[in-house]
Amino acid sequence: MTQAVSLSAPATTAPSPIARAVREALFAGVISFGLFVLFIGLKSDQNIDNRLIVVTRWGTLAIVVALTMLGRFLFVGFLAPAFQARKARRAKVEVVSEAGFVKRNLLAIAIFALFLYPVFIISTAGLQGSLKWVDNFGIQILIYVMLAWGLNIVVGLAGLLDLGYVAFYAVGAYSYALLASELGWSFWILLPTAGILAAFWGVILGFPVLRLRGDYLAIVTLAFGEIIRLVLINWREVTNGSAGISGIPKIDFFGWFTFNVSDPNYFGKVFGLGVSGAYYKIFLYYLILLLALLTAFVTIRLRRMPVGRAWEALREDEIACRSLGINTTNTKLTAFAIGAMFGGFAGSFFAARQGFVSPESFVFLESAIILAIVVLGGMGSLPGIAIAAVVMIGGTEILREMNFLKLIFGPSFTPELYRMLLFGLAMVIVMLWKPRGFVGSREPTAFLRARKAVSSSFTKEGHG
Amino acid sequence: MEYFIQQLINGLTLGSIYGLIAIGYTMVYGIIGMINFAHGDVFMIGAFIALIVFLVLTTVFYSIPVALALLIMMIVAMLLTSLYNWTIEKVAYRPLRGSFRLAPLITAIGMSIALSNFVQVAQGPRNKPIPPLVGRVYEIGGVVISLKQIIIVAVTAVLLTLFWYLVNKTALGRAQRACEQDRKMAALLGIDVDRTISITFIMGASLAAVAGTLFLMYYGVIVFSDGFVPGVKAFTAAVLGGIGSIPGAVLGGLLIGFIESMWSAYFSIDYKDVAAFSILAIVLIFMPSGILGRPEVEKV
Repeated sequence: MTQAVSLSAPATTAPSPIARAVREALFAGVISFGLFVLFIGLKSDQNIDNRLIVVTRWGTLAIVVALTMLGRFLFVGFLAPAFQARKARRAKVEVVSEAGFVKRNLLAIAIFALFLYPVFIISTAGLQGSLKWVDNFGIQILIYVMLAWGLNIVVGLAGLLDLGYVAFYAVGAYSYALLASELGWSFWILLPTAGILAAFWGVILGFPVLRLRGDYLAIVTLAFGEIIRLVLINWREVTNGSAGISGIPKIDFFGWFTFNVSDPNYFGKVFGLGVSGAYYKIFLYYLILLLALLTAFVTIRLRRMPVGRAWEALREDEIACRSLGINTTNTKLTAFAIGAMFGGFAGSFFAARQGFVSPESFVFLESAIILAIVVLGGMGSLPGIAIAAVVMIGGTEILREMNFLKLIFGPSFTPELYRMLLFGLAMVIVMLWKPRGFVGSREPTAFLRARKAVSSSFTKEGHG
Repeated sequence: MEYFIQQLINGLTLGSIYGLIAIGYTMVYGIIGMINFAHGDVFMIGAFIALIVFLVLTTVFYSIPVALALLIMMIVAMLLTSLYNWTIEKVAYRPLRGSFRLAPLITAIGMSIALSNFVQVAQGPRNKPIPPLVGRVYEIGGVVISLKQIIIVAVTAVLLTLFWYLVNKTALGRAQRACEQDRKMAALLGIDVDRTISITFIMGASLAAVAGTLFLMYYGVIVFSDGFVPGVKAFTAAVLGGIGSIPGAVLGGLLIGFIESMWSAYFSIDYKDVAAFSILAIVLIFMPSGILGRPEVEKV
């Protein structure tokens, strides 16, 4: 319908888009009234006797319905025809251009910028002011980038749908938390240990699910993630239950200097810089950046190795894979193990950064967010996934900072409340806008003469 | 022995609720092959609608017969929850039909997050308790059966019969089964596929709304995050029974209900969910397509 109207010169053919938009807007108004009349028009509230009563909010309901109608009107009347027209224009014009300097060296520039980011922040916001920007935006986003790159090995390369990835993150976090606080081992020993333990659990999960495909695999991985979380909650003797483990030691710099103010070789003392919490955050920033880059590097190298090619072959066609003599059992298990290993690395880093772990941090929602980042990024494309992590995690973090909204909606307005609501809606909107993710095309690792990107319409996502 | 029968009854009650939700998962999966992750939250929406209708009823009328109140709650919940699911399908799933398999899964997860947080923002994050609606209990030979449990099992049985009739004996059901087998062929034979899919979502939502109303009546409390756990359990039930199979969903729901109540009665209440999930994994190792599911045949 939309296509028919806008492809043949708009505004001349009947029915006119405006009339249609008005009709659609009225319809949307009726629907949204039905949807919101009970939820926004009425509010269940507790009165003084602790009994529930209903409070009416007809004004808010009217505003929401009106906004929905306006939104629908603008979308059908103006936005959709504009999109169609742009699409038609793009199809006609062939864009042939030489890649410029920036485009050719984009990767190097991006990595360089990431290394300079803390320096830039400190020079603009000062040492103390940099804390928030390095921690909430830098470290937080990079953890998700690393997790998503790790999950990408399982989902994007091997095509196995894993809804319980957060379990390996939890294994890594708890192994660092327990071993560091009980045995006092250093982070640099525990980082590989956590990775190995997580990989081990990856294999344990991998065995029973070898025969499963598609959605059966999805539910078993989800169940696995829930089992790990429930065990963490209920095995109180070891994990301290839902109260979690606190006082997890900080990471030191290979024993040369530490970040505990009381230690003789505290970073600030060694370099004569005074005391600040920012040093540790900046150190953590570079550490997670290196860990994430390691993940990316390993992924890129693995794709060229036989095992990486076997993963991608498995994703494209399992039966063909088998017929050509690829051991699908080993292929799947290595994918689970290596994906899990990076989850474990990220987990131990997370535990060290927070100084506190509890089962709260490893709920299904986290798995869903990581998977969403992988899919929104374009399944298998490392830059795409990094972009998706910045957009989704950075976007929701920035919402915490929007205090100016209080001026518009009144002082009782807390933008944080709407964070996850907007996150969910953003997931839907981005997926509708770009169903194949931000970077849908794939770079082939094996090619004849010239390397050409594989268009998104030819990429596959695997069955299981 | 009495204790065992008691647990059997508890399991049957719980299993009925899971079964009702699981049908929504399995039908949607059968017809468009996607996991409707938002279904658990649709169930929660249904329970909330029932709650608000109950509050409105008690405010407007000083006293109202409980049976009538329950009936009104159920019907309004069914209507409005269907509207929710219909809208969700239209906005978030339909544009992605025929796209990547994971794309609708991600929008479904997004919808699930959005729905539960919408309810949190609109209705507040606290538990919403209501006074007990039905309090009567019967004792037969040492086994205590509450009227609530009888209502749940009876309503479920009636609905399942009605539902069975709809799917197996009417033109609508035939259209649904045709779309399940081959959507393109069904469209060629003059079935309005979009409409059939919409109706499937509406049917799933109505059953979830009934489950939500019964849940509210049974536990007497609801909170915005209550969609997740029953949703995952029901999804587990659907997979256990063989996803895509409607009798399988009911069977799976009852099984999960029994496992849970037996495990909490004889072993430990802390690990009841671990038990349910482990049994799912074990069953799937030996029957990779569930108990009643048809094995997926891949044609090359």
